Amino acid sequence: MAPTTRPTGTPTKLEQGAGAEAGVGDSPLRPDGTLKVTGEFAYSSDMWHEDMLWGCTLRSPHAHAEIVSIDIGEALAQAGVYAVLTYDDLPTEVKNYGLEIQDTPVLAHGRVRHHGEPVALVAADHPETARRAAAKIKVEYRELPVVHNEESALAADAPLLHEGRADHHSPHVPHPNIVHRQPIVRGDAKAAAERAEAIVTGEYEVGMQDQAFLGPESGLAVPAEDGGVDLYIATQWLHADLRQIAPVLGLPEEKVRMTLSGVGGAFGGREDLSMQIHACLLALVTGKPVKIVYNRFESFFGHVHRHPAKLWYEHGATRDGKLTHMRCRIVLDGGAYASSSPAVVGNAASLSVGPYVVDDVEIEALALYTNNPPCGAMRGFGAVQACFAYEAQMDKLAAELGMDPVELRQKNAMSQGTVMPTGQTVDSPAPVAELLRRVKAMPLPMEAQWENVGGEPDVRALPGGLSNTTHGEGVVRGVGYAVGIKNVGFSEGFDDYSTARVRLQVVGGEPVAMVHTAMAEVGQGGVTVHAQIARTELGVARVNIQPADTRVGSAGSTSASRQTYVTGGAVKYVCELVREQVLERGRRKFGTYHPAWATAELLLEGGKVVTDGGEVLASLADVLGDEPVEAEDEWRHRPTEPFDLRTGQGFGHVQYSFAAHRAVVEVDTELGLVKVVELACAQDVGKAMNPQAVVGQIQGGTTQGLGLAVMEEIVVDPGAKVRNPSFTDYLIPTILDTPTIPVDVLELADEHAPYGLRGAGEAPTLSSTPAVVAAIRAATGKALRRVPVRPEHIVEV
Amino acid sequence: MEFLRPASWEEALAAKAEHPSAVPIAGGTDVMVEINFDHRRPTHLMDLNRVPELHEWEVGDGTVRLGASVSYSKIIDELAPVLPGLALASHTVGSPQIRNRGSVGGNLGAASPAGDSHPALLAAGAEVEVESVRGIRSIPVEDFYTGVKRNALAEDELIKWVHIRKADGPQQFSKVGTRNAMVIAVCAFGIALHPGTRTVQTGVGSAAPTPLRARAAEDFLNAALEDGGFWDNGRTIPPSVAREFAQLCSGACNPIDDVRGSATYRRRAVGVMARRTLGWIWESYRAGGNGRTTEGGARCA
Repeated sequence: MAPTTRPTGTPTKLEQGAGAEAGVGDSPLRPDGTLKVTGEFAYSSDMWHEDMLWGCTLRSPHAHAEIVSIDIGEALAQAGVYAVLTYDDLPTEVKNYGLEIQDTPVLAHGRVRHHGEPVALVAADHPETARRAAAKIKVEYRELPVVHNEESALAADAPLLHEGRADHHSPHVPHPNIVHRQPIVRGDAKAAAERAEAIVTGEYEVGMQDQAFLGPESGLAVPAEDGGVDLYIATQWLHADLRQIAPVLGLPEEKVRMTLSGVGGAFGGREDLSMQIHACLLALVTGKPVKIVYNRFESFFGHVHRHPAKLWYEHGATRDGKLTHMRCRIVLDGGAYASSSPAVVGNAASLSVGPYVVDDVEIEALALYTNNPPCGAMRGFGAVQACFAYEAQMDKLAAELGMDPVELRQKNAMSQGTVMPTGQTVDSPAPVAELLRRVKAMPLPMEAQWENVGGEPDVRALPGGLSNTTHGEGVVRGVGYAVGIKNVGFSEGFDDYSTARVRLQVVGGEPVAMVHTAMAEVGQGGVTVHAQIARTELGVARVNIQPADTRVGSAGSTSASRQTYVTGGAVKYVCELVREQVLERGRRKFGTYHPAWATAELLLEGGKVVTDGGEVLASLADVLGDEPVEAEDEWRHRPTEPFDLRTGQGFGHVQYSFAAHRAVVEVDTELGLVKVVELACAQDVGKAMNPQAVVGQIQGGTTQGLGLAVMEEIVVDPGAKVRNPSFTDYLIPTILDTPTIPVDVLELADEHAPYGLRGAGEAPTLSSTPAVVAAIRAATGKALRRVPVRPEHIVEV
Repeated sequence: MEFLRPASWEEALAAKAEHPSAVPIAGGTDVMVEINFDHRRPTHLMDLNRVPELHEWEVGDGTVRLGASVSYSKIIDELAPVLPGLALASHTVGSPQIRNRGSVGGNLGAASPAGDSHPALLAAGAEVEVESVRGIRSIPVEDFYTGVKRNALAEDELIKWVHIRKADGPQQFSKVGTRNAMVIAVCAFGIALHPGTRTVQTGVGSAAPTPLRARAAEDFLNAALEDGGFWDNGRTIPPSVAREFAQLCSGACNPIDDVRGSATYRRRAVGVMARRTLGWIWESYRAGGNGRTTEGGARCA
C-alpha cells in the first residue's frame, strides 16, 4: 500500500498578522502575494510525492468518430508502464459526469464527439514514458460526419450528439441537438414596434475565447490505506468535483478527501472536471500516487471555453431616443457536451436587453450540441456575448437617430426599481447613467503620445508596437463607450450556499482567529478578504486561513462573482455566531463585575470586549481562557426562482452588477492594427472590501475583455478541429497591449448583501469588449460585427 | 536521443560528419519547442554552446562577421550602428528571454519563412558561411532558403558565420503581427538603401514559401531613382513611384491563408510596409544630406 505521507507542494495554512488596520475596507497585502511574485508559491503542477507515477491521457484526433477497436497491448508491454485504462476498466455503472447533465464520458465509449476527447489513460514511472506508451495505444476510428453550426446541427437528418436524452431539458427543446432553450416574452413587442420611429437590426458574432489561465490542469491523487483516495487539486469548487468523482470511483464521498492545491488562474475553466477522475482511477488501480499535469497544448483541449455566439437583434426607438422594443435571438455553440450551457442560456436570455428599460421584448436564447469543443463557464457567462451585441446596437441606433451614443444610453438606462424582462424588479442601486457620466467625464489621454520632439517616434505608443509598422502614418484615434449588466451568484432557484468554520482561541497570550472554508482561492483574493472580515467581526489582529478542503462543508463555486458575497457572507455570519458565544462566556465569567455586560451593546475590538461607548470590559484572552470558541454553519443569499420555460418570467437573479467603459484606441487604418491607449472604467461595487484588490479585479477583467475585442480566439475549422492550441497562435494581451486603466469605484450599498457589497469580478469583462470595438468603429467607420476584430476586418481585403 | 557536446568547431564538424542526422542546438528556442511537442525526435542533439567562435563577431571594413550563435540581445546592444536593419528585426523577436537565447544561426537553420532576421539579411546583403569536414562554402543568403523550413545546407554541414554587409545607408524593418509584442510575423519587410552602389535592396518575410527579395520592385525603384537623379538632387520620392514600388513588392509575394492571416491581407500589408519604410529611409537619407543618416538608431559614415 502506498505511503500516506503528505506530498510536497501542497498548501499549508496562511498566517496573516496584518494588524487591526487590515479589516474590511482596508487594503492589506495578499498573504500569498510575495510567494507568487518571487516564484516560490507551489502551484498544483509543482506537487511531488515519493514513488509517484505520472499519468497521461490519449485523446481523439477526430472531431466525430466511431471507435472500432482499441489495442493497449503494446503500450502495456512497455517498461515503466504500470497501467493502461480505457472505458472497459471503469469500476462502476457511473461512467459519465457533468455539472448539470451527466453526459460527459470519463473515457470515450465507442464514439468520440470532439477533437481532443479523452480515450485512454496511462500511468508510468516517468512522464515521457507515459507519453510514449500512450502513443503506442492503437485506436481504430471510423470518422463520422460532423455537426459544427446551427444549420448542420438542426438539419432534419443531423447526426444526434446524444441519442435518447433523458435530462430535464430534453422535454422542452425543439430539437435534440439543442441543450436548452429559454424564451422571454414581456409586453407586446409587435405592437410596440408600430410606435417605433427608428428601427435598427444587426447580426453579430462572438468567437470562441479561452480562459487562458497560466497554470495548466494538474493534480496529485494519493491512494489511502482505507481504500479511499486523497486528491490534491486545482479547481474552482471542491465539493462539486467530489459529487462527480466519488460515484465514478465507486467510493463514498468521505473516502475521497480533496484538498485545494495552488491554483494558477481559473476564469470558469476549472468549473468542469479535467484530470480529477483520471488521476484517482490510476492511483486506485496502481496503488501508487499519480500526478497528471497537462502541457499547454493539452490544456487547450482539457477545459471548456467561452461559447461562441451568433446574435440577431432588433431595437426600435422614438425620434427622441426612447426605446420602444427589443427582439433578439442568441445562438450559443455548446460543443459536444452540456457543461454549464443551460445556465449560460439563462443568463444570455435574461440579460440580453442590457442595463436598459425596455418594456416590450421578445427574446430567444439557446445552446447547441455540436462536434465543436465543449463550451461552458467563462468570466461573464453568457452576458459577455449579449453585451457585445446590444452595445453595438445602441451605437447603431444613436447613429440612426443622430444622437450622442452616451446620451442615448443614459436616456434608456435602468435604475433601482426598473423591471427586468423577466419581471424581476431591480431592488438595489443600479447607477447605470451615473457610471456612463463618470467615464465620459474623465480627461482624455493626450493625442499622438508617440511623438518625441526632435527624435524618433516611440513606437511602443503606436499600433504595431515594436514591430515598427507605423510612425504615425494611417493612424486614426477613436473613442467608444459601453456599459453592461451581470448577475451575481448562482441563479434560477439554485440553492447557492457557503459553509464556514471559525475558531477563536488564545495562542501565546494573544487571541487568534482560525477560518476554515472550502473556498477555492484562484487568485481573486478571497483568502485576504476572509481574514479582513474575521478581524473586523472579532476584533483580532491575527488570523489563520486553513487550507481549503472537503473536511468542511461546501463553499460553492469560485465563479459568478459570488465568493466575497457568499463565502464572505458565511465567514461574517459564523464570526457573529462566535462573537455571541464569546460574549456569553464573558457574561458568565465577568458579568458580575460590571453592569454593562448585561445592558450595553458589546463589541469585539482591538482584542478586547468593549461597550458601544468605547469602555473596555475585558480582554479577549481573559474571556477565552484555555478553551477555544468554535462555530460552523451554512449561509445562503436570498432565494431565487427558475424562469418560466415559455415566458421567461421569474425572480431569477440574486443581484446585478454594473460597469461602464470608455475606450480610446489608435488604429492603423491601412494595416488594420490597433493600439488601445486607454480603457477607463467606472463600476459600482457596493462596498470595496479591499479597495486595492477590487481595482485589480476590474483591471484584470477589463484586459480580458480587450483580449476578446482584438485578438483572443480559438480557431475551429469546419471539420470541428482546433487549429491554434498554443500560446504561439492563441494570443492574449501582453503588458504592451494593456492600456492605462483608470478606475472609478462607486460604493452604493445593496442592503440585501453582506456589508452592502456587490460581486465585482465579471462586470468589467462585459463592457470592455464593446467599448474597444466601438472605438475602432469610430476610428474606421467599419461595421465590425464580429469579435475578435482581425486586421482583415478593418482593412476589408 | 544522444546528446553530443563538441568542445571545438573541428569536433563539431567531425561529429556532424559521423552523425548527419544530428540536430545542432544553440539557444534552443526553436529546437526545444519542437522536441517538447514531439514534432521531431532527432537521434542526436548536438550542443554547440561550447564552440567559442560561434558566439563571436567581428566588424570588418565592409562586412560584419557574425557568429551563428550570437544572441539577438547582443545584436541589439552591440551591433545596431553597423547592422541597423538586423537590430530592428532582432527587437521584434519574442520576449527578452528569447532574445537572450535565440540567434541568427538558428533562424537560418530553421529556415522558417516567418523567421524575423531573414528580411533584414536579404535587404542588407549577406552570405552564409557553412562548413563540413569536406570544406567551406559561402552561400549568398538569397540562395540559402530553398523551401518551407528547408535550406541549402548539406547534411554534414554546419553554419559558422554570417557575413553581413555593413550599412552604408539607412535601413528599416517592419513586421505585422496581431499583437503589439511577442508575436510571430503575419508578414515582414526589410529595406536597405545602399548609396555606395546607388541601389535599394529588399527582403520579404512570411509572405511566400521562403523569404525573398522583391527583385522587380528593386529594379523598378533603382531605375526610377537613377532616371530622376534622386541620389544627387535628394528630392522626395514622388508618391506614384512609391506606390508602384509598393505594388511590385506585394506582387513578389506568394502567401498562404492560415490561422495568422489571409493571403490577400499579407500581400496588401507587405505593400503598405514597403511604401512606409521606403519613405522613412529616403527621408533619413535626405535629412542626412545625401548619405549621412540617423534612421533606425544607426549612424552611418
